[in-house]
Amino acid sequence: MSVLAVSGLQKNFGGVRAVDDVSFSVAAGEMLALIGPNGAGKTTCFNMVGGQLAPDHGAIHLAAQNVTGLAPRQIWRLGVGRTFQITATFASMTVRENVQMALISHHRGLWRIVRAARFSHVAEASDLLGQLGLDDQADRAAGLLAYGDLKRLELAMALASRPTLLLMDEPTAGMAPTERMALMALTRRLATERGLAVLFTEHDMDVVFGVADRILVLDRGRLIAEGSGTEIRANPQVRAVYLGTGATSGGH
Amino acid sequence: MDVVLLQLLTGLSGASSLFLVAAGLTVIFGVTRVVNFSHGSLCMLGAYIGWTILTHLPRDPAWFVAGVLLTAAATGLIGMALEMTLLRRVYRAPELFQLLATFGVVLMVQDITQWIWGAEDLPLPRGRWLRGGVEILGGRFPIYDLALIGVGPLVLGLLWLLFTRTRWGTLVRAATFDREMVSALGVDQRMLFTSVFALGAALAGLGGALGLPQASANLNIDLTVITDAFVVVVVGGLGSLVGAFLASILIGVLQAFGVLLLPQATLVLAFLVMAVVLVLRPNGLLGKAQATARSASIACLVRPAPTALKLFAMAALLVAITAPFWTEPFLLSVLTEALISILFAASLHVMMGPGGMPSFGHAAWFGIGAYTVGLLVGAPLPLALPLALLVAGLIAAAFGLFVVRLSGVYLAMLTLAFAQIVWAIAFQGVSFTGGDNGLLGIRRPGWALDAGNFYWLTLGVCLGGTLLLRRILYAPLGYAIRAARDSAVRAEAIGLPTNRLRLAAFTLAGAAAGLSGGLFSYAKGSVFPTYISIGHSVDALLMVLLGGVDSISGPIVGALAYTGLYDMLLRATSLWRLVLGATIVVLVVAFPEGIAGASQRLWHRVRPT
Repeated sequence: MSVLAVSGLQKNFGGVRAVDDVSFSVAAGEMLALIGPNGAGKTTCFNMVGGQLAPDHGAIHLAAQNVTGLAPRQIWRLGVGRTFQITATFASMTVRENVQMALISHHRGLWRIVRAARFSHVAEASDLLGQLGLDDQADRAAGLLAYGDLKRLELAMALASRPTLLLMDEPTAGMAPTERMALMALTRRLATERGLAVLFTEHDMDVVFGVADRILVLDRGRLIAEGSGTEIRANPQVRAVYLGTGATSGGH
Repeated sequence: MDVVLLQLLTGLSGASSLFLVAAGLTVIFGVTRVVNFSHGSLCMLGAYIGWTILTHLPRDPAWFVAGVLLTAAATGLIGMALEMTLLRRVYRAPELFQLLATFGVVLMVQDITQWIWGAEDLPLPRGRWLRGGVEILGGRFPIYDLALIGVGPLVLGLLWLLFTRTRWGTLVRAATFDREMVSALGVDQRMLFTSVFALGAALAGLGGALGLPQASANLNIDLTVITDAFVVVVVGGLGSLVGAFLASILIGVLQAFGVLLLPQATLVLAFLVMAVVLVLRPNGLLGKAQATARSASIACLVRPAPTALKLFAMAALLVAITAPFWTEPFLLSVLTEALISILFAASLHVMMGPGGMPSFGHAAWFGIGAYTVGLLVGAPLPLALPLALLVAGLIAAAFGLFVVRLSGVYLAMLTLAFAQIVWAIAFQGVSFTGGDNGLLGIRRPGWALDAGNFYWLTLGVCLGGTLLLRRILYAPLGYAIRAARDSAVRAEAIGLPTNRLRLAAFTLAGAAAGLSGGLFSYAKGSVFPTYISIGHSVDALLMVLLGGVDSISGPIVGALAYTGLYDMLLRATSLWRLVLGATIVVLVVAFPEGIAGASQRLWHRVRPT
């Protein structure tokens, strides 16, 4: 049974059809990459799955539950964690407090007013920070982090609620190549160990072909190819989209 | 029928005056992004300067027009000087500090004007042509008002030509659209800003001078005009000239008919319109969505106080507790008021700092608490005080449902509108609030009649309340409120209900302010509409901003500093507004992060952590 199933998804912005009849599914433990040129509709797809945008047509199911048009908060409650293309963290808190905030929300301790928040879920927060290699930055202000570290902090916050589906919008943008591979290896391990389904977009093709179990290619809102790395590499339509129709062959 | 027409014409002539001032305000905001509180003061200066010029000129229409234009030019020059000396230095400061700095100017101009022209109203001797009228459908309509109806559209037309047909106008429109881009293209921003400000000031001066024949030059013009102009600009949409024009007609005409139909509710009407418009169209009639607030640029980490500060606070508390044993009665009453101010300021801090919702009408909650106590004449103190908290909190929770959907200046203006509505109810509801005479004879129970006992009660309630607020801010709820302010999209993505959290902050702030207001009623033994005045809301803002919005020590320091400063000034000089205004201006320019913020930074510089 798939963790996420999307069928016939469509979204228009004014006269532009940003996403057009897109269907796919992600299974537990699977890493699915959504790729395509800029403006292909990747982030729009993400925002519909995450609840930030409501689709014009189509349906989104989490496990057996129809979540089409639910608010981000409700979708999060159903086990979806996400990171953003433009990172969003709490700038007036430390890295640790950011993670603690996510844990407080997960453990439904939001409306408590007695015990200080910085004593909440300390061990669990340290564990998450350790997993993502953020322990030495734990007491820095989140607003002062380097971009790659912010991406990791976002991932830590997304993992705090022990999600079944992880949405990662360009998780490795702004990172050094070795960092990229380390982060994706960690994600891979989490996917395998916890049976976490991961849907991600990425511009770095080494990352995509290195870790994705399956790849979806979007172009101008339409799904033009789906398959394993090898299949996608061999697909003439994909080559046309990325390299242009008259392109000479050669490395990308 | 003719009554309706005459009233419509009256409304349209009122709309013209409104538009002149609002146009200046909106043009200045469009380019500089400064909400200029001192715009009303420029209008008032226009009235006084106009009075001086016109009384020295022959009383015929041509000279009148010449005098009015000369006045506009003079106010334009004053505006230019103001921009070059002060505003230029605060463009990069947070929005609220700009408002505060311009409010400092309001105070200074009040005293300077009174010093030059005296406290008496100065009516303009009216020449024969000014008294003339025309017959319309059997009614007589003043010819001057009729001429005024034409001035609004005329000025709108001229401004339109200026903005579309000249190079300068094109630059102004471009700067309104994207300021950074215009400067990147090599346009001298300073000249542009100065000239735009001068134009806005000239329009305000024009409005002030043109209002002379209908009223007089008086010292109340500044705040009356600025609140009306705020309403018009916000209803029309910040930065939109045509929006301001439409809104001034809407409000001018509504007010003209309001006088006829509901004389009891005239003051409420304009603000009710604004509240309705903002709820339906959060960016005004023709306004565009604002870019995200700049205030979120550098957020400070919130740390528990260092040990040294805690020790200092303990010492201060000890001094405070023993105060009745060593102070004279007068100082004790000042201290009582200072304690109430601390809770009042702390309550505003909750919504403004962690909540990220600046309020321009926080006195509303203070007033609601005060009037709750005032109206419950028979209720004993231990019942009346919690009721003040409860009533203010409940009303805040209901009103907050609308407020939390807005942000930035619009939010501040909606809270201002609400405060004005509450004020108007207190002021015009003579039958139950006593109107301007207030409610007198609020008696404390026997044990609290003693000033020392009441002081201890106030100390307990206010410090207890403030510490409780602090506790909440450091608890998960407070963190969640701050999270919703820092990044709403991330907050929602980890399951935080941002609007409910903002509502919680708003309700907490309202309830705590209500409690402080209730105490104040008992301290004074009376309640007046002035508790809800704009001035009192600004007092709270000053306390929080002087102290710094980043931690709860801010409002405490700010409240003490402000109460002390105010009291010293009142006793030391009759020109206290001038000194207070100048102090505010200097403080804003020197410490954009407030006193507590600045000393915190110094502390960390001396002792790196």
